[in-house]
Amino acid sequence: MNIHEYQAKEIFRAYGVPVPRGQVAFTVDEAVEAAKSLGGNLWVVKAQIHAGGRGLGGGVKLAKTIDEVRELADQILGMTLVTHQTGPEGKLVQKIYIEEGADIQKEFYLGMLLDRAAEMPVMMASTEGGMEIEKVAEETPEKIVKVNIDPAIGFQGFHGRQLAFGLGLAKEEIGPFIKFAQALYKVYMDKDAEMIEINPLIKSGDGKFIALDAKMGFDDNALGRHPDILEMRDLSEEEPTEVEAKQHGLSYIKLDGNVGCMVNGAGLAMATMDIIKHEGGEPANFLDVGGGANPETVAKGFEIILKDPNVKAIFVNIFGGIVRCDRVANGILEATKITDVNVPVVVRLDGTNAEEASEILRKSGIENIIPAQDLADGAKKAVEAAK
Amino acid sequence: MSILVNKDTKVIVQGFTGKEGTFHASQCIEYGTQIVGGVTPGKGGQEHLGRPVFNMVNEAVQATGATVSMIFVPPAFVADAVMEAADAGIELAVIITEGAPVKDMMYAKAYATKKGMNTIGPNCPGVITAEECKIGIMPGFIFKKGPVGLISKSGTLTYEASNQVVKEGLGITTAVGIGGDPIIGLSYKQLLPMFEADPETEAIVMIGEIGGDLEIQAAEYIKEHISKPVVAFIAGQTAPKGKRMGHAGAIISGGSGTAAEKMAALEAAGAKVVVSPADIGKAVKEVLGK
Repeated sequence: MNIHEYQAKEIFRAYGVPVPRGQVAFTVDEAVEAAKSLGGNLWVVKAQIHAGGRGLGGGVKLAKTIDEVRELADQILGMTLVTHQTGPEGKLVQKIYIEEGADIQKEFYLGMLLDRAAEMPVMMASTEGGMEIEKVAEETPEKIVKVNIDPAIGFQGFHGRQLAFGLGLAKEEIGPFIKFAQALYKVYMDKDAEMIEINPLIKSGDGKFIALDAKMGFDDNALGRHPDILEMRDLSEEEPTEVEAKQHGLSYIKLDGNVGCMVNGAGLAMATMDIIKHEGGEPANFLDVGGGANPETVAKGFEIILKDPNVKAIFVNIFGGIVRCDRVANGILEATKITDVNVPVVVRLDGTNAEEASEILRKSGIENIIPAQDLADGAKKAVEAAK
Repeated sequence: MSILVNKDTKVIVQGFTGKEGTFHASQCIEYGTQIVGGVTPGKGGQEHLGRPVFNMVNEAVQATGATVSMIFVPPAFVADAVMEAADAGIELAVIITEGAPVKDMMYAKAYATKKGMNTIGPNCPGVITAEECKIGIMPGFIFKKGPVGLISKSGTLTYEASNQVVKEGLGITTAVGIGGDPIIGLSYKQLLPMFEADPETEAIVMIGEIGGDLEIQAAEYIKEHISKPVVAFIAGQTAPKGKRMGHAGAIISGGSGTAAEKMAALEAAGAKVVVSPADIGKAVKEVLGK
């Protein structure tokens, strides 16, 4: 789960990670009030969406007067912001963050995530602040300094020194930088973060290290013990059908093809997409109905797949293990009664009681159900039916 | 022969008396697995499925001589259960539970390693030695005895692969579902040498997916150390970048962890890489020259 910049900065503040003063605003009037109460003579108006690249897309602007704040707030609130991470359809801006302007002397990048190979977190820093880190990693990997932090010992001084010297920091910068990094490590561990990215981290004119931007994502499996984080969830930032699917215990991801897929198990679901492509078609989605595959979940699955107008055929691919195929077949018949399924449905059931299952489907007399022998046969028939 | 577990392996179940634990433990017993007892704190002294229940893993180990634990406790308690098993001298913990926080697994695996305990999973179907010992939630009847070792991140794809292998008139020595979480126990790199050393295993099937670099590590290992033929399939060739495909670890991040790079690495290492998941069985038959 991801959160907005203003929410991440709230968390930072609570942990003593320095951030500029700022206030979130949902209307132009609130934005003006926020700027007035912050005071000063320079403000930043920042669109709050989950995608990165907001600045380049025109979602982050500087204001030198209160009138400019009003103008920019009016311009950015309600705009559809397109960045390299939103896709061409962009994202509607529903809230903005008004922040005091900063005196930037130097810009850095600082990030933290899980190093899967090392099985512990890694902190990464770079002097190339403001640049996309993937690009830096590709073009000038020597400019990224990494240090693994073993949670058994926690963040030690040497971790900080390794990063600080790696960045080539001056003597007087090292102390404040290490203090910043140490606080950030605590945020990451305490909150079960999956990813923290500060880009840029700045050194201000008066020698302070400040997080000018903040991006945070969390381990979904750990949200149960973080009700405060769960409260920050912004469902408007997520794909509505994916959210709906999740509420019903389904895992759904929309794709661009026309062959809908309903599968049990994530690996088999991915493999089903692959074989559709292999047979010359394009998958319309990833959908894992989980271990149960009962009439209700199958019906919900059909409903969600059919919300996508591109879908011209559905491939149901179930490998029955503990769940018997005859029960799944009955589930599919039930489901067609609950939901109107108006496209051909190719059904491949294999595993426990597969023969009984195909008998049930054959006898049902439902015209648009096409039984398949095996994985390859099913994929072929589904691709054909979608043409 | 086989790897990791066989008909003599003594197994306890942590989370024995819960709904999942009860259902799957009884399925394992039916398959022939020596489930010698279970652990549910507060229910020590009772009997369940005709086996003794203990409060603590160390009591269960002392009383039964179990060396393997199958773990079904709820996600929030997985790390605790794994560490308790490691502390009690269990040699292999098979963690079935889905949804354990990554941070917990980081601590639990580090401690297990320190104590010399192997782990499989979490969020996996378990391990099965065909017609001898099933420790997990897979449908046992699909796994007929034969010359093929199987390592897979995905549950249903494991069943699919085994089914195809059996339909070709072959069968399985041991199948290990390693799970698709960001931090997992035994992986390809540790399991490949076990299959290489197992005289009954003549070919190895490895099924991977997008995300992380375990398959790349496996490719490097295969190139140097594996003489037996390897058939590989990588799921997620059509998966979009930055989207999590069901498994917590199945995500292409920053352009790395794609199916294409894994397939290329395995191919270069001499593995037979199949593009279609329907061709796994045929490819195994081909590499075995049968």
